[in-house]
Amino acid sequence: MSAPDLIALLPLIVLTATAVAVMLVAAFRRRHALVAGLTLAGLLGTLAALFAAAGVAPRGVTPLLVVDGYTLFYSGLILAAAAVVTVLTYGYLDRQPGRREEMYVLLLAATLGAVVLVASRHFASFFLGMELLSVSLFAMIAYPLGRRRSLEASLKYLILAGVASALLLFGMALVYNQLGTLAFPALGALLASFRAADNLYLLAGIALVTVGIGFKISLVPFHLWTPDVYEGAPAPVTAYLATVSKGAMFALLLRYFLHTGAYGAPALMVMFAVLAIASMLAGNLLALLQNNVKRILAYSSIAHMGYLLVAFMAGGVLGVVAVSYYLAAYFVMTLGAFGVVSVLSGPGGEADTDHISDYQGLFWRRPWLAGVFTVMLLALAGVPLTMGFVGKFYALAAGVGAALWWPVIVLAVGSVIGLFYYLRIIVALFQAAPRQATTGTTRAQITPVPLGGGLALLALTAVLVWLGIFPAYLVDFIHATAAAVL
Amino acid sequence: MILLWLILVLLIGGLLAWLAGPRHPLWSRWVSLASLGVDLALALALWVEAPGGVDLSRGGPWVATLTWSWIPTFGINFHLAADGLSILMTMLTLVLGIASVLASWTEIRERVGFFHFNLLWSLAGTLGVFLAFDLFLFFFFWEVMLVPMYFLIALWGHERRIYAAIKFFLFTQGSGLFMLIAILGLVFAHHSATGTYTFDYFDLLGTRLAPHLAMWLMLGFFFAFAVKLPAVPFHTWLPDAHTEAPTAGSVILAGVLLKTGAYGLIRFVVPLFPEAAHRFAPVAMALGVVGILYGAMLAFAQRDLKRLVAYSSISHLGFVLLGVFAWNLLALQGAVMQMVAHGLTTGALFIMVGAIQERLHTRDMGRMGALWHAMPRMGAVGLFLAVASLGLPGLANFVGEFLTLLGSYRVSVPLTVTATVGLVAATVYALILVQKVFHGRPREHWEAADLGARAMAVMLTLIALVVWLGVYPQPVLNTAHPALSAALTPPARVALSTGAAP
Repeated sequence: MSAPDLIALLPLIVLTATAVAVMLVAAFRRRHALVAGLTLAGLLGTLAALFAAAGVAPRGVTPLLVVDGYTLFYSGLILAAAAVVTVLTYGYLDRQPGRREEMYVLLLAATLGAVVLVASRHFASFFLGMELLSVSLFAMIAYPLGRRRSLEASLKYLILAGVASALLLFGMALVYNQLGTLAFPALGALLASFRAADNLYLLAGIALVTVGIGFKISLVPFHLWTPDVYEGAPAPVTAYLATVSKGAMFALLLRYFLHTGAYGAPALMVMFAVLAIASMLAGNLLALLQNNVKRILAYSSIAHMGYLLVAFMAGGVLGVVAVSYYLAAYFVMTLGAFGVVSVLSGPGGEADTDHISDYQGLFWRRPWLAGVFTVMLLALAGVPLTMGFVGKFYALAAGVGAALWWPVIVLAVGSVIGLFYYLRIIVALFQAAPRQATTGTTRAQITPVPLGGGLALLALTAVLVWLGIFPAYLVDFIHATAAAVL
Repeated sequence: MILLWLILVLLIGGLLAWLAGPRHPLWSRWVSLASLGVDLALALALWVEAPGGVDLSRGGPWVATLTWSWIPTFGINFHLAADGLSILMTMLTLVLGIASVLASWTEIRERVGFFHFNLLWSLAGTLGVFLAFDLFLFFFFWEVMLVPMYFLIALWGHERRIYAAIKFFLFTQGSGLFMLIAILGLVFAHHSATGTYTFDYFDLLGTRLAPHLAMWLMLGFFFAFAVKLPAVPFHTWLPDAHTEAPTAGSVILAGVLLKTGAYGLIRFVVPLFPEAAHRFAPVAMALGVVGILYGAMLAFAQRDLKRLVAYSSISHLGFVLLGVFAWNLLALQGAVMQMVAHGLTTGALFIMVGAIQERLHTRDMGRMGALWHAMPRMGAVGLFLAVASLGLPGLANFVGEFLTLLGSYRVSVPLTVTATVGLVAATVYALILVQKVFHGRPREHWEAADLGARAMAVMLTLIALVVWLGVYPQPVLNTAHPALSAALTPPARVALSTGAAP
């Protein structure tokens, strides 16, 4: 392994070293602030290492990993999201009883898995990264050991993720059986000469892999775990699950399809169209029935994955740009929305502050926080002046450009339905504050907001609005990185 | 640059009004008035500079333009421009904006700063709609004006405000998304024909489209504008939103937001898709006539005073739909005149209804009657507005309706004759309003103050405008003329003549 190889892998090395360092520090000195600070420093250091790696990109390192513009863009996104989650977690855990330091080790390990995922160009590294991410997440979801909901959520995630992994492995085996290779570029070359559409085993293999990924990014009908896990997991972990875990899988899905040229198989495209339409409709409709903010956001994330699939199906430059921009927007909005839930979730208790009635009248007590939440929800609904609007615009543009009329129309209809439940939360925020006989205020109105979390939320809002009004910066950057996978 | 300032002044004014609100409510009212006044002065300057038959050296009817690159990879520019039509709509927006700030002077007492913020931002979005000539930018402003209006209804509205606000938002946003799909379809069709991505209005004019594609795209645009106008099957959000909104919200909704739908029809639907619009014209004109009659009938059947005025809007805007799709100069002039006249009279009517509700705390006409004795000034104003609304010759609404009918008569005699029946129906509901509210036996004893000096000043100004435009409509007709005749010429030539402009 040469020096440029090592430089290309520097982000992964720094991240791994940070995880080990945090574990050792936690073993000797249990100080929450120290461990969280070290984690944050490690993540920021890894972000800095990306710039070093950019100097040698694009570069394949071992048959397993590739460090190109695409990898670096998504790594940056994941690391930034992990940093935000670290800040949120600090504020959240600081008022919970029990041991807190191990959470950061898990967080770093999961982030390592996510970065491996977006850098992988081989089924082996794909599986490795995914398992690293999933196994860390089992523990993160169940971290508040005293809560029954969290344990239940973790168990559910464990079992379903296990099933997904099994399907994935079986699919990989089928593909290997037919083509004799596990590397994406080699697969692409073979598939091009093979007429994949005629080979049932191969098609089944690719479909099974897709189903495995579908579980992870919770497409309908593989979404059943999503609302329960979102609700049961502690709010910062939910934010992490919704953004980093799903985003990394989606980035991998896109690279896998672009490298292997699986776009050529019409049967797969029909399958994706059905999955996308089902996700957009079911996600939005089921969200209407919920009264729990975390569950609403869970179903809304299912719908957002459907929107992303529309952009994904379009393929080509526009498709890649649309997916990348939308994912960036989705990261910011989702982190912001769950961030609000997480800074408002008080100490102890069986659940987070996540019932819609907890948020009633928040605007009149805490205008800033409610304002941030409103902006995030409007962005999720795709209202202009935010990244959400530009993202939706790009997704629609990609869909129309590829003449995917049905998915595009369902996207529009789904957005309208989606608007309804986002507005429901916003209406609650602006309603007159409830007068409860016992306490006089809801929990959301008295919990003190941790400083770091508040600052992170303001930063997210600023990014959301700035890149929503001036998207050209990000779009140009994405165009440059997209070239790597096309 | 002046076009950008028109929008920026309102945006900044809105922020200042919000900040000033907690210190003293009066401050935010004055800040709002000042920024609207400055804006109106700018718009008037633009109008005076380029009066009547605008003939600019650039060869098009454009008074001012501004182009900045925004998302270059997609050919999206920040492109503002104004012709006579845009300027007329801008001035209408600002006049009604000032009127609505004054009308809510005593009505809005809670969260005054945030109220004025929303009011001004909604107006800024509307100005953007009237001035944007990049389709992406147009859609952007189209959506931007909704959110503040949603808050105006949801926070300061009446009994069923949440329901009305959500309904309003869902209808307009949903229809807007179909317009976005149509915009994208047009852009990609243009891209496949020429190889360049552009969202610019002037580049997209004259794009060659397959007939069935043109029809679908046209319907996408039409749907959004028909919901906003509103044309009849898509009108159900309007009575709720108008009735539940606070006075200022109703004035802006009726006077300005509905006009964006009409403006869109004139500016986009017909020029971009002339053949498809021509084929669709009989359906659209029929919808217009149905709207005229249906709105008038339902207005007649209301007990709620505000709902009556809301339904009368549907009837009045039916004329606009009829006029636009008749697509000749007379009918278009009539439609524009009707837009301005309806904005002024219905805005004033909503202010009057708001004043009555503020005094009596009810909108139920069954409980009113003989209010003329208690409030003689209000009665006189109400009578005038009702008569203007029913289209008395010598007042602005008459000019609009008359020109529209004259123009549509050349296209379809049966539809025009049927539409004329709407004028009779308008007489009925307008006189019923006066009878039930101001005349007749008093059903309850009301002690209420008459209209104050501030309200009278607003009313008299609006009334003076209605009389002026009724007696001498030429300024409006002249201002709109170059824009409308440019829109009427075949699109290819329009594209050529403005293609030379930088």
